[in-house]
Amino acid sequence: MKELKLMKGNEALAEAAIRAGCDAYFGYPITPQSEVLEYLSREAEQRTGMVVLQAESEIASINMVYGAAGTGKKIMTSSSSPGISLMQEGISYIACAELPCLLVNVNRGGPGLGTIQPGQGDYFQTVKGGGHGDYRLIVLAPATVQEMADFVKEGFELAFKYRNPVMILTDGALGQMMEKVELFPQQERKFEELAWATTGKSANRQKNAITSLHLKAEQMEEVNIALQKKYKEIEKNEIRYESINCEDADIIITAYGLVARICTKSAQLAREKGIKVGVLRPISLFPFPYDVINKYANKVQGILDVEMNAGQMVEDVRLAVNGKVPVEFYGRMGGVVPDPEEILKVLEEKFVGAAV
Amino acid sequence: MAKVKGDIIIDIEKCKGCELCIEACSQGSLERSRQVNNKGYLYIVKVQDNCTGCTNCALVCPEGGITVYRKTVDGKKQIAKIDNVNQDMNIEVNE
Amino acid sequence: MNEKALIDDEHFEHTLRSEHTEIISPENIVYEKPGTLLDVDMHYCPGCGHGVVHRLLAEVIDEMEIQSEVIGVAPVGCSVLAYNYLNIDMSEAAHGRASAAATGIKRVLPEKYVFSYQGDGDLAAIGTGETIHTCNRGENILIIFINNGIYGMTGGQMAPTTLEGMKSTTSPFGRNVSTMGAPLKITELVAQLPGTQYVTRQSVHKPGNVRKAKKAIQKGFELQKQGGGTCFVEIVSNCPSNWKMTPIESNHWLEDNMLPFYPLGDIKTPNGRK
Repeated sequence: MKELKLMKGNEALAEAAIRAGCDAYFGYPITPQSEVLEYLSREAEQRTGMVVLQAESEIASINMVYGAAGTGKKIMTSSSSPGISLMQEGISYIACAELPCLLVNVNRGGPGLGTIQPGQGDYFQTVKGGGHGDYRLIVLAPATVQEMADFVKEGFELAFKYRNPVMILTDGALGQMMEKVELFPQQERKFEELAWATTGKSANRQKNAITSLHLKAEQMEEVNIALQKKYKEIEKNEIRYESINCEDADIIITAYGLVARICTKSAQLAREKGIKVGVLRPISLFPFPYDVINKYANKVQGILDVEMNAGQMVEDVRLAVNGKVPVEFYGRMGGVVPDPEEILKVLEEKFVGAAV
Repeated sequence: MAKVKGDIIIDIEKCKGCELCIEACSQGSLERSRQVNNKGYLYIVKVQDNCTGCTNCALVCPEGGITVYRKTVDGKKQIAKIDNVNQDMNIEVNE
Repeated sequence: MNEKALIDDEHFEHTLRSEHTEIISPENIVYEKPGTLLDVDMHYCPGCGHGVVHRLLAEVIDEMEIQSEVIGVAPVGCSVLAYNYLNIDMSEAAHGRASAAATGIKRVLPEKYVFSYQGDGDLAAIGTGETIHTCNRGENILIIFINNGIYGMTGGQMAPTTLEGMKSTTSPFGRNVSTMGAPLKITELVAQLPGTQYVTRQSVHKPGNVRKAKKAIQKGFELQKQGGGTCFVEIVSNCPSNWKMTPIESNHWLEDNMLPFYPLGDIKTPNGRK
């Protein structure tokens, strides 16, 4: 029987963490994601024995994640933009030491302290690095409360498959809004001794060291080469996207997360006016669906990229399109969410009005 | 008190010639060598046959490079007692 | 005349060549390198206290037979490579974050022994927040705090524990407390927190102190098994290279200058404050 619930995105995410058999969550309050920590504090320990700890800062939480993830258990944290900024050093260490873990950014408007309203201004930070050095996170961008829950399970699977940190990049609106969600059944919390993990050196194996320190340049380069090889593998296997009415489209809107849902409405309104518009929603932001967008660029007249920022993912869309067709951008910033009509208006101005 | 005699082996390749063992040795058994080891350090050697096996040199050695041996004159092994942590070990020397 | 020169070369060579006495035999070993201390060269400067503390850790782990149950955390600092020297599972950590990482490990593996091994810059400057809150939560870990009053790895800059008037590359005219703050006695500070159960300050500059320091580390592990809060062992140590002294001079300087300000002994024990 389906287990349907009406839940806030943040709560669905927290519930999914418990059900995915997460072993520990370390976090720090920040709007608009504090419900994750609150929900887990209320529910987790008594139900599965999961550790939930409120740290003294996001810096402490990410380093608790670092330590705990080194044992090979399922570990996660969540925060919102300024908190994620504080975590970047730790994330870089985690990526280099190849520790599987799940990170969640409930993106709010920035820069600086910004606003507590939704934003997508952390795309670059999440997808292009954020912390120091050449590393990549696997980035999943949910567009529904359902995906907020499902991507927790999927995120942990990807994290352990590649020994790589996974980040769910969502926003304040998805975190706060309520929708019905079908919850997956409770998974057992089980502990598997992993060959690389620091769980105490037993007599039958060599000692393990979790480290990102490689003092010899050649050795550090080797580590980098191995990481890049892994990222290539991820790019080959793990691209996720949703294509809505793109097959016969003359114009495609690219958007991720919440904005993609709004754009789907814009596309529907456009079709009612006789303009064939489709929506291409990248779900994995790394790896990014370059090839998919490149193929669509062969048969559409133009692409409109819409984001809640000053234009970040649009750079990847342009790389994908590689000059084949015009790529226009429309964005709202600072926590303002665009509505379907204004996006349609922009689309008409840029493409229909310009007699493409 | 049992009369004891000691000896040590210094891992001269580990030795960095810091001389802390020389200072710790109340018998004056240790000296700096005239030769360098493979790392280029003037390592430490035992030059006097008056070691009591008190372990002080090994305790202060940052390299874990000294092994200490001791036996009583009657052939019984005397285990190093480190319970009395408040003072350095004093052992009667077999003259 | 140099005293060393009194030993003539012929005598010296003879001593080197001479057969070891019959005492050198496995059954007469009274002290040897502990097995958990790996048989590799450590990168520390000659005479540095880190090597002694590493060895003591290994001795305690061997004697308690807990090699398979220990996980250590060594953050950025001279001792960041400790995992190369100790034959146990270890994690490097970001600068200042060792006690947070250790918290993470201990929380998911509460039955294991977890320790962090941190320097003064790490523990008392950049990681002060983590240190205080880890101790305040009473995490059942052992924090080993090496205090040599200087940043060793980066080349001798002023540390939070640098003594008043002490010269470093960033206090070249001596630490001026009116502009640079006073040296921080963080050990006394964490002893105030209800989360700590055992707080002590030791040193390894003399054989007797080495023995005491070992006892303290052992106590830290033993108490951890029983729970009851954080154990905090400060080791006042030397830094011959950055103090610009010979190892022997540095230990004398430590005794004359560091110890009056950082007095040795237990500050807090499970049975009550000392």
